Amino acid sequence: MQNLFLTIALAPLVGSILAGLFGKQIGRTASHWVTISGVAVSCALSFYVMKLFLIDGMASYNESVYTWLVSDGIKFEVGFLVDKLTAIMLVVVTFVSLMVHIYTIGYMKDDPGYQRFFSYIALFTFSMLMLVMANNFMQLFFGWEAVGLVSYLLIGFWYTRDTAIFANLKAFLVNRVGDFGFLLGIAAVLMYTGSLDYATVFAKIPGLTETTMQIFPGVDWSVITVMGILLFVGAMGKSAQVPLHVWLPDSMEGPTPISALIHAATMVTAGIFMVARMSPIYEFTTTALTFILFIGAVTALFMGFLGLIQNDIKRVVAYSTLSQLGYMTVALGASAYSAAIFHLMTHAFFKALLFLGAGAVIIAMHHEQDMRKMGGLRKYMPITYITSLIGSLALIGFPGFAGFFSKDTIIEAVHLSTTLDHATWVHTFAYYAILAGVFITALYSFRMFFLVFHGKERMDDHTREHLHECSAVVTVPLILLAIPSVVAGYFLGDVVFGDYFGDAIMFSESKNVIGMLGEDYHGIVGFIQHGIMGPAFWLALAGLFTAWFIYMKRPDIADTAKQKLGFLHKLLDNKYYMDDLYIKGFAAGGRLLGKGLWKQGDVNVIDGLMVNGSAAVINWFAGVARVVQTGHLYHYAFAMILGLLGLLSWFILGA
Amino acid sequence: MIPLSNYLIVAAILFSLSIAGIFINRKNIIILLMSIELMLLAVNLNFIAFSHYLGDSAGQVFVFFILTVAAAEAAIGLAILIVLFRKRHSINVDDVSDMKG
Repeated sequence: MQNLFLTIALAPLVGSILAGLFGKQIGRTASHWVTISGVAVSCALSFYVMKLFLIDGMASYNESVYTWLVSDGIKFEVGFLVDKLTAIMLVVVTFVSLMVHIYTIGYMKDDPGYQRFFSYIALFTFSMLMLVMANNFMQLFFGWEAVGLVSYLLIGFWYTRDTAIFANLKAFLVNRVGDFGFLLGIAAVLMYTGSLDYATVFAKIPGLTETTMQIFPGVDWSVITVMGILLFVGAMGKSAQVPLHVWLPDSMEGPTPISALIHAATMVTAGIFMVARMSPIYEFTTTALTFILFIGAVTALFMGFLGLIQNDIKRVVAYSTLSQLGYMTVALGASAYSAAIFHLMTHAFFKALLFLGAGAVIIAMHHEQDMRKMGGLRKYMPITYITSLIGSLALIGFPGFAGFFSKDTIIEAVHLSTTLDHATWVHTFAYYAILAGVFITALYSFRMFFLVFHGKERMDDHTREHLHECSAVVTVPLILLAIPSVVAGYFLGDVVFGDYFGDAIMFSESKNVIGMLGEDYHGIVGFIQHGIMGPAFWLALAGLFTAWFIYMKRPDIADTAKQKLGFLHKLLDNKYYMDDLYIKGFAAGGRLLGKGLWKQGDVNVIDGLMVNGSAAVINWFAGVARVVQTGHLYHYAFAMILGLLGLLSWFILGA
Repeated sequence: MIPLSNYLIVAAILFSLSIAGIFINRKNIIILLMSIELMLLAVNLNFIAFSHYLGDSAGQVFVFFILTVAAAEAAIGLAILIVLFRKRHSINVDDVSDMKG
């Protein structure tokens, strides 16, 4: 069993090393073969693990493989915890990764960094697998940082572009902020439980409910709340929640396949996975959960607005990713962990599909990303058209598609949570925020869809002549991702409402919204019928229709609205001025502080006063002392005699 | 019987003369060497006087050693002086100030 899990994790690493270090020697074709076979092995074995759980009824596996070091009784280990939560992540990560690997053959065909790219994405797969299979906080943190590193490398993949370098630095720095909180969270866990191992920690958490600590003197904080919020700060960075979301839209500077894999389907969901994994901690802290709910709701709604005015096709998808991550976070905040993971899974499929579809459009348009120069692509790219339609319908939660089941469950769960004892205004706000988000999602998704595939052909003649459907390495992954984008939803009953997760996710009785929803759950058909009666479906339809009306029937409305609502447009165009705040506030402030320390601290105090200053003192003293050295013997003799006199008088008078 | 203090006074006078000779003399290095010899002889006189009055012959043994060392020292000093004179054609004390800082 241990060998099985080791193989799952290490196969992509082997591929990555071969392609990365020996890429020149083995050539382009061999590079993509080694990495793809590595990931394919992982993917096949992940499905095998899933089969072991589902059909053979295997129990959870939790063992340490290797003890890295022991320090003061704290063990730093590499180990695997593979339960059903891990299994679902394994399948999602390796499947999407495999699709993206295959797709990359077509997308990066002419790129000089071909081998490097394959090495990076295989390395990413390894890191992500280490993250989801971790059974202790150290390995979690290793995977957490490793995926961050690969993300940094891939955003800056085209390192000659200034914008790419800016974007990857930004992503790295913003993630540092989140990781700082995450590290503090791990430190808090270690401090109060004395262990890094999940099982040991979770066993000690119920005993800590009464323990408090003082962060600011005089204010008592529940230790579990502090842990929960600090760990979630890490998730805010990695899963791009407000206010640490600013890096994700800029990460679109990277090649499209990694936007699909890392910045939509898998890495950014690491935060969601982490919170779900830590459910035995979060279930004891209503405060932290409410905080999570609030952050998620803000992200889900306000990031959706930003998607409305973007013209770059990838940025629209990026903002929709932010918004959907907000939905998952809201689900976590409402204790509907399994719904969050379910949405994570369906979202991974349809968002990877949408990104790869956008990538196919970008290939066909000769790396043009501006939607204003597209239009009418439907007849040139039928497969991309149909798969993108499926992806968009899944995204807006159209009944029957995967997104419908997961999103509706979240909305229902949050709605139910507003009736619980611990419900506050945040719960009500979250409910209306995600309901409004449904309308917004449908509006920007189909705005993009209509602008790209329908309407007038706005590209120049040269591009139009070369428009054609992409090759099979691009379309096959699209088709393979379109299938789960539809059918993944039908596992709703088993994954969310059934006892699929078992012990992997903990619910406290008072917050068990999923359990309560499950009592009313009577199969897929009933769920769809119930969904059609609810407001979310009608809001989605309204959004779809609005998009059709504005962008197909009356394009002038959009322009009029832009002029009439100039203030709002400007606010959205500047992304709520958060980038400005960070760049002009924190970044410029940091540089100012650095410059001050450099000028004052380094140049003046250390260089001027301490290094050159001590030399100057010695120089001055030597100048004085050399006057004594006349070179005349009788002066030296005189000095000796004076010294002798001095010693004698000290000897005689002092004794 | 001549009292001990007379011997000590004579020795002290000789010692002071030799000190004066070392750092008042600015002309001749040979005089400087002579002053050093005189200084050693003054000390020897003290040794002998004390040796006689205390009836301990160890002081007189010491004097022989000192005389030997002084002879060796004078020989080396004169040898250095000759080398110096060959190089500089001068034995003026003021000319020897290469150690000036």
